[in-house]
Amino acid sequence: MDYSALFLQVVQQIINGISVGSIYALIALGYTMVYGIIRLINFAHGDIYMLGAYVGFYCTTVFQFSFLPALLMAMIVAAIAGMIIERVAYRPLRYAPRMAVLITAIGVSLLLEYGGILVVSPQTRTFPAVFPTTLYNIGGVIISSQQVLILAVSIILMVILTYTVQRTKIGKAMRAVSFDTDAARLMGINVDMVISITFAIGSGLAAAAGVLVGVYYNSIDPLMGIMPGLKAFIAAVLGGIGIIPGAMLGGIIMGVVEALVSGFISSTYRDAAAFAILIIILLLKPAGLLGKNVREKV
Amino acid sequence: MRERTKKDLIFLFISVVLYAIFEGLMLTGFIPPYMERSIVTICINIILAASLNLINGITGQFSIGHAGFMAVGAYVGAIMTVKFSLPFIVAILAGACASALLGVLIGLPTLRLSGDYLAIATLGLGEIIRIVILNISYVGGASGFMGIPKDTTFTWAFFVMIFTLLFIRNFVDSSHGRACIAIRENEIAAEAMGVNTTRYKVLAFAIGAAFAGVAGALFAHYNYMAHPGSFNFLKSFDILTMVVFGGLGSMTGAVTGAVVLTLLTFLLADIPELRMVIYSLLLIILMLYRPQGLFGSRELSLKMFTRLLGGGRRDNA
Repeated sequence: MDYSALFLQVVQQIINGISVGSIYALIALGYTMVYGIIRLINFAHGDIYMLGAYVGFYCTTVFQFSFLPALLMAMIVAAIAGMIIERVAYRPLRYAPRMAVLITAIGVSLLLEYGGILVVSPQTRTFPAVFPTTLYNIGGVIISSQQVLILAVSIILMVILTYTVQRTKIGKAMRAVSFDTDAARLMGINVDMVISITFAIGSGLAAAAGVLVGVYYNSIDPLMGIMPGLKAFIAAVLGGIGIIPGAMLGGIIMGVVEALVSGFISSTYRDAAAFAILIIILLLKPAGLLGKNVREKV
Repeated sequence: MRERTKKDLIFLFISVVLYAIFEGLMLTGFIPPYMERSIVTICINIILAASLNLINGITGQFSIGHAGFMAVGAYVGAIMTVKFSLPFIVAILAGACASALLGVLIGLPTLRLSGDYLAIATLGLGEIIRIVILNISYVGGASGFMGIPKDTTFTWAFFVMIFTLLFIRNFVDSSHGRACIAIRENEIAAEAMGVNTTRYKVLAFAIGAAFAGVAGALFAHYNYMAHPGSFNFLKSFDILTMVVFGGLGSMTGAVTGAVVLTLLTFLLADIPELRMVIYSLLLIILMLYRPQGLFGSRELSLKMFTRLLGGGRRDNA
């Protein structure tokens, strides 16, 4: 067996995995932030990613925007959509049973998916090639310009996010609300506004992921958000839900594992691998890779 | 006669009358054949909703992977009738046993988790079951299991449903059921009172899984085929929706939820694009205005009727 060829193939799959993984990481950030702040699995998050892809699609095809304005536009529209969803569907249920909020989230998710089918038709659209594809061959490993772009945009967005959360006033407020909502409210933090902004940021990141996926795979459809949404959620759990660096790490790991499984075992088991990761992490370390174990108190 | 037995007999009597009415209407043609399909589907969905209610509503364990157990029941049942040419009843029982066994195997490790984590784990397990089936060529793989005899009739579906409801109702009213309710109310307190929480959680999970398997076997033998795509997590969400719609923890609620939502799906079948939009809007609106579901955790009983009538009489006087 030729080991150098095998090695090259492994490296190639890891590189493919990192670019898909950074997309999972961007979506996972939204899940983890929302969960960290209101303990809600926002099932509609994957569909916000779909919404972002479509806004990007219409910006580049109908309005002839170039890539960057289209990306920003998609992020802004998705952020507003995220805030509206939170205001209309989740805020009235803040003190309702958890199951009711979860069902509402599923409802919102179905509404976005099938509303999307109604509005933009169920057919798959071809995302325009906003960037010329260049393939770089580095010692036998092929990297495309899209992969470089995905990684660059993801890293820039994650740096901005980390700065916002760690260094700004609103970031401090978000951390405070996530730590103890009632205490934060007593300290004069406008909790509702902070939650609203969290949804906006998370949705914006998901929309960026949507546009990037459009550029990478060249095709989008109204149900494209279901699987990446679930996988990004698994990524968030893997890294430790509620922990921002955990979502980034989890996303990358998920992407790499998936690429390796589809490259070396079978692509039909790719989705099973994602769920297997989920089960294993939940059984061995439910708090996630970067999470701390919290003792249950009576 | 024991109170419980009396109630069961009344329930059985009402069911037989209901069965006679429906069967009569079908035979005389008042219910057209295409409506029979929705009635059988309602029966199957009631089994699913009632069994999920036992896990989610009664025992308080948040499971959203019910379609996975349904898939196991459907496929194991279909193997029995297609590959081994065994009678239908064997297929149903085999489906139930296989699902229950899997429920125990899955339940033992995962039921240590609580709340959202359990929900995600069950969702993942449901999907894994589906993907594994998708890759087994013995049962048709991605193209589905073809050539299953159509053994499920209205009679089968109806009486299996009645059996399920009676079984779960009596389980909930037994000391085992009370232990499950105690776990739902406060797991730590239940443990302190000497309830073996793991045992009862796994027991409830296995019974719920078994009936989901029964429903799966009925489903596969009604549709001539079983397809992995019919058992994805959207199906699990469907069942969960029925339970929450009717009221978590209420058997009446689970039945009502299954009937209303299945009928709704059939009524909206002519406008497929709008169907899911209306369905999702209804779901959101119901949750916003009545998060505890239609019935809350109350049950519809004869006592309730007599109380209502009694109240009415007092008003008149």
